Amino acid sequence: MIKDITIGQYMPGETSIHRLDPRIKILATIVYISILFFIKGFFPYLYVLGYLGMVIWLSEISPKTILKSLKPLAVIILLTLVFNIFMTPGEKLPGFGFLPITKEGLYQAGYMGLRLMFLITGASLLTLTTSPIALTDGIEKLLNPFKKIGVPAHELAMMMTIALRFIPTLLDETDKIMKAQMARGADFESGNLFSRAKAMIPLLVPLFISAFRRAEELALAIEARCYRGGENRTRMKQLKLKGIDYSASLITLLLCVAIIFTR
Amino acid sequence: MTSIISAQNVVFEYISHDDNKVTALDNVSQEIKKGEFVAVLGHNGSGKSTLAKHFNALLLPSKGTVYIKGMDTRNEENTWNIRQTAGMVFQNPDNQIVATVVEEDVAFGPENLGVEPHEIRKRVDEALKTVGMQDYAKDAPHYLSGGQKQRISIAGVLAMKPECMILDEPTAMLDPSGRKEVMETIKRLNKEEGITIILITHFMDEAVQADRVVVMQRGNAIMQGTPKQVFAEIDKLKSVGLDVPQVTELCARLHKEGIDIPLDVLTVEEMVVELCRLK
Ligand SMILES: Nc1ncnc2c1ncn2[C@@H]1O[C@H](COP(=O)(O)OP(=O)(O)OP(=O)(O)O)[C@@H](O)[C@H]1O
Ligand SMILES: [Mg+2]
Repeated sequence: MIKDITIGQYMPGETSIHRLDPRIKILATIVYISILFFIKGFFPYLYVLGYLGMVIWLSEISPKTILKSLKPLAVIILLTLVFNIFMTPGEKLPGFGFLPITKEGLYQAGYMGLRLMFLITGASLLTLTTSPIALTDGIEKLLNPFKKIGVPAHELAMMMTIALRFIPTLLDETDKIMKAQMARGADFESGNLFSRAKAMIPLLVPLFISAFRRAEELALAIEARCYRGGENRTRMKQLKLKGIDYSASLITLLLCVAIIFTR
Repeated sequence: MTSIISAQNVVFEYISHDDNKVTALDNVSQEIKKGEFVAVLGHNGSGKSTLAKHFNALLLPSKGTVYIKGMDTRNEENTWNIRQTAGMVFQNPDNQIVATVVEEDVAFGPENLGVEPHEIRKRVDEALKTVGMQDYAKDAPHYLSGGQKQRISIAGVLAMKPECMILDEPTAMLDPSGRKEVMETIKRLNKEEGITIILITHFMDEAVQADRVVVMQRGNAIMQGTPKQVFAEIDKLKSVGLDVPQVTELCARLHKEGIDIPLDVLTVEEMVVELCRLK
């Protein structure tokens, strides 16, 4: 049961968006997020909406899933709205009684709210359409040029891979230990926060011990399989840019140009 | 036939926490021939795993020498060649699978060796086919059964094109059907691919399938020979805390009762033949 918690929120699929090179997707997301901060006024949001709408349509991700990805951040969006509505100085609007709602406030709130929503949707589209492995691969390849200035690209990717590999295993183990403790009368569900945290200790201790043992064995096993860091290492799967990757880059570029022109 | 692994007077000491020395191997000498299937038996703590790690340069002898295909394990230049020649499979399948996709994990070894991408692809497909896991190439390892995971680990070693495979209790954590899968894979590798196998095990029914059995006790190889020779010495095996296959034990008891039956019967099939001959 606990195993069913998915890591990230990847939605497997075979659409053109899913098949895009992860490097292009990561770069496009970064460009997209940065360009959001260049926007002045409401009009350019139409371009963004068009771009985002096209990606969502192509990726066959249901709008419901997109809305769900906004939910955890609903509080932040709401706070942004409230702060902007009430805190922006300007011409006070009549009809709200004592509430200091200004015209500028409403404008600012709508503007910031949209930016935030577009930002979150764009970022979650990346994780929704890219498997964690592809993401790791993409990050490693993108960071490769920075190895010279000491960015441990391969090591970071290796750490991410191992973490992804062991999260389900450790969750499984947590489940087992929890059940074993519950069978002996442990109670993880009732009581206040403090007593619940205390109940977690007998869960965490064996979990940590086992995680360390696993780490030790894994280190030995990868050494036995000739692992010696990223140097001289080849990869079975090579990332290669295809026609579709170039089109995607071009479209993203067009979005940037269009937005810059509105300023 | 020439030796692929040659250990000469190997002594190995662990330094424990309180600076005491634990002698895990005490003057062990072994010659393992190319293509041989050797089973290593021994009570817990008898030094089996320590010996296995010497064959893969994971541990270096305190005294004595270990040669793998003529390469001295103490020479650091040989380390990677040795690990490629003599691959190792460990007990817990969960703790030796690195990647989140089966085929990526099998590719891990050859990737480390710097093999060309298209050659890795070929090796991965071949290795998965050899262990009968080609249909699971794109699956996540944590959804597989123990036996399947262990076969993936074996494929991961195979993809490095080793000449020798050392398996340290590969079936200890598996259920009977998983054990059978893995044993069949191991035997096929030995018979069909000509890979030298060193199998450390606690299961007698696995050991009887080997060409040669080595029994370890307190860091020494105290007995060795064909399964028939070794298991015939029931009393000696029992004195070092080991069991013999059930049928062998039964034969010994029947023999004691004066029934004319050979002492070196190892499998149920052989037993049937012998019993039928009695009439
Ligand atoms: N890392 C270590 N540090 C100190 N002593 C160790 C270490 N590993 C093993 N030993 C000791 O070395 C001896 C041999 O251990 P080894 O693991 O080789 O036995 P084994 O035959 O593989 O046992 P098992 O059947 O339990 O796997 C034991 O006495 C053990 O306590
Ligand atoms: Mg052992």
